[in-house]
Amino acid sequence: MNIHPNIEGSQAVTNSTETGPIIQVNQAQVYYGEKQAIIDVDVNIDEHAVTAFIGPSGCGKSTLLRCLNRMNDVIPICRVEGSIKLAGQDIYAPEVDVVSLRQKVGMVFQKPNPFPKSIFDNIAYGPKIHGLVDNKTDLEEIVETSLRRAGLWEEVKDRLNQPGTGLSGGQQQRLCIARAIAVQPKVILMDEPCSALDPIATATVETLIDELRKKYTIVIVTHSMQQAARVSQKTAFFHLGELVEFGTTEQIFAAPKEERTQNYITGRIG
Amino acid sequence: MTDTVNILATADSPRHSAERRFRIYGILAIAVSLGFLAVMVISIAIRGTGAFQQSFVDIAIELPAEKIDPDGTGDPVVIKKSRFGSILKKALRERFPEAKSRKEKKQLYKLVSSTAEYSVRDAVVANPSLVGTTATFSVRASSDVDMFLKGNIDARLDESQRRVSDLQLSWIKDLQEKGQIEKRFNKQFFTGGDSREPEQAGILGAVMGSALSLLVCFLLSFPIGVLAAVYLEEFAHKGRVNRLIEVNINNLAAVPSIVFGLLGLAIFLNVFGLPRSTPLVGGMVLALMTLPTIIIASRASLRAVPPSIREAAFGLGASKVQATFHHVVPLAMPGMLTGAIIGMAQALGETAPLLMIGMVAFIVDIPGGITDAATALPVQIFLWADSPERGFLEKTSAAIMVLLGFLIAMNLIAIILRRRLEIRW
Repeated sequence: MNIHPNIEGSQAVTNSTETGPIIQVNQAQVYYGEKQAIIDVDVNIDEHAVTAFIGPSGCGKSTLLRCLNRMNDVIPICRVEGSIKLAGQDIYAPEVDVVSLRQKVGMVFQKPNPFPKSIFDNIAYGPKIHGLVDNKTDLEEIVETSLRRAGLWEEVKDRLNQPGTGLSGGQQQRLCIARAIAVQPKVILMDEPCSALDPIATATVETLIDELRKKYTIVIVTHSMQQAARVSQKTAFFHLGELVEFGTTEQIFAAPKEERTQNYITGRIG
Repeated sequence: MTDTVNILATADSPRHSAERRFRIYGILAIAVSLGFLAVMVISIAIRGTGAFQQSFVDIAIELPAEKIDPDGTGDPVVIKKSRFGSILKKALRERFPEAKSRKEKKQLYKLVSSTAEYSVRDAVVANPSLVGTTATFSVRASSDVDMFLKGNIDARLDESQRRVSDLQLSWIKDLQEKGQIEKRFNKQFFTGGDSREPEQAGILGAVMGSALSLLVCFLLSFPIGVLAAVYLEEFAHKGRVNRLIEVNINNLAAVPSIVFGLLGLAIFLNVFGLPRSTPLVGGMVLALMTLPTIIIASRASLRAVPPSIREAAFGLGASKVQATFHHVVPLAMPGMLTGAIIGMAQALGETAPLLMIGMVAFIVDIPGGITDAATALPVQIFLWADSPERGFLEKTSAAIMVLLGFLIAMNLIAIILRRRLEIRW
């Protein structure tokens, strides 16, 4: 079921084909205790592209996303088999440092979760714990670039010392994106980043995602098929823990090969 | 044809009367509990306010140089050795020459506190130029006189039934007419240590003992309690052992405090040989008692930190320790502090464990450190309540008022801390 990038797909895929997949998931199995949540999944995530995971609730798309930076490690009953490689390295190998992995593969969550600290400290925390900066000037620079890339700088530059929790929902989510960018990741995982936002804030974040694709690889889980169609270049459809279909977004939505995909995107299941 | 829609309330429906009844029950329950509280506070206040005043007798005392300081050195050591008792008695005899017989003189001397000679002595030591003159001193009236002036002794009773004799009554009347006896604010009560004489007894020794014990208790129980809670909540494997520990901690919180006192006696005093009756041991025993409270409160406030904060920190690549101590613990801190203060307030009112480790001793000196012998506020209340002298009755109530004052202050601090530090999401 490993579908290779379709050259005729979107612009971005064409741009990134030389670099090849940055994440390779091979025969992944994920268990929660006795229950198997992910069955035999193979997915390749292209660099500098947006890959969307879609599917009905409980289909395992968030579980797979969380495996990509080992966020599932905190769940004691969760067990992962198969191989997941980031730039050729198995991320579940015993010698891998989870902390460095998560620095390379950042995450944005469903509900905006800024720390109850100032906007500045929210961004500065990551670079500080990873020792990315030596002095205050560098730190300020990172904060500014991150906020600029997240399209938030103009809105908050005069109130960096105010609490991040005081921003609006959409701004909070962009703050979380800026926070993820600040540790200079390769990949950003987004778990339904717009589900708690209103349509206007959603549009802003979607534009931002498209913008971020130039520098980062993005994997997004979404419930909204329109959103997947709007922001992604590649789409993977999951159902009951299996990867049903994976291809360019255009192909998945215009000419799905599988019947289940067809049924889902036309609203008959899910 | 349409059905009529009746939405008007029918006042006599069973549902409405049930609601009304329930509201009345609730109001009754609140009224009863508030009533009990009011009775308690008012009775204590009525009995205790007298202790904040003390009767003083003004008396002219001749201070002959040859008896106090024959060489005129002004040396405090020499002055202190003089017999101020007989000097004071002589002054009293001169004031009321009608006291002739031995029995009458004895009654006369009992007008003033038996500690009066020491206050005269201290005044002279502080001001040696008084030696050789006749100066007027304001000395404490004896507790019986004080009680009479505060209306606690009924003069209409037969002389044999009361502690103030007819002769003493006539002297008091004479003093009152000349304005030489009056009630003043009793500074001694707030600045002095315990005493056998009610008129001399103060609360500061017990307050200091309590404060030092609580300091020791906080320094021991807060760090240990918080670390235990953080470990159990954030790091420990959530298995059977963890649940067993949780159940046991909850049980410990319900163990009668006297058991902790016995433990302190057996371990801290008899095995470790720590000094008896000291705030150090008292604080350690109270810490044992407070630990479960702090652990339970801390665990609850750690659990109340939204998991999204932990996820955010993990997602940025923070390690478990970093996520916990940079984000979770600071957010849980207000709850932990509140729990600690409430635990401290409990410890402040605890008597039984302190009895076991000897903080029940009669101690006059105000403790200066955690290894000085001391008593604590609730124990002081116990000691005074146990004393037969009429004067200690009001002291007991006054001490309860002081204790309640501290408790209210601590609970207020807990509320203010929670309001101030709480982060709203």
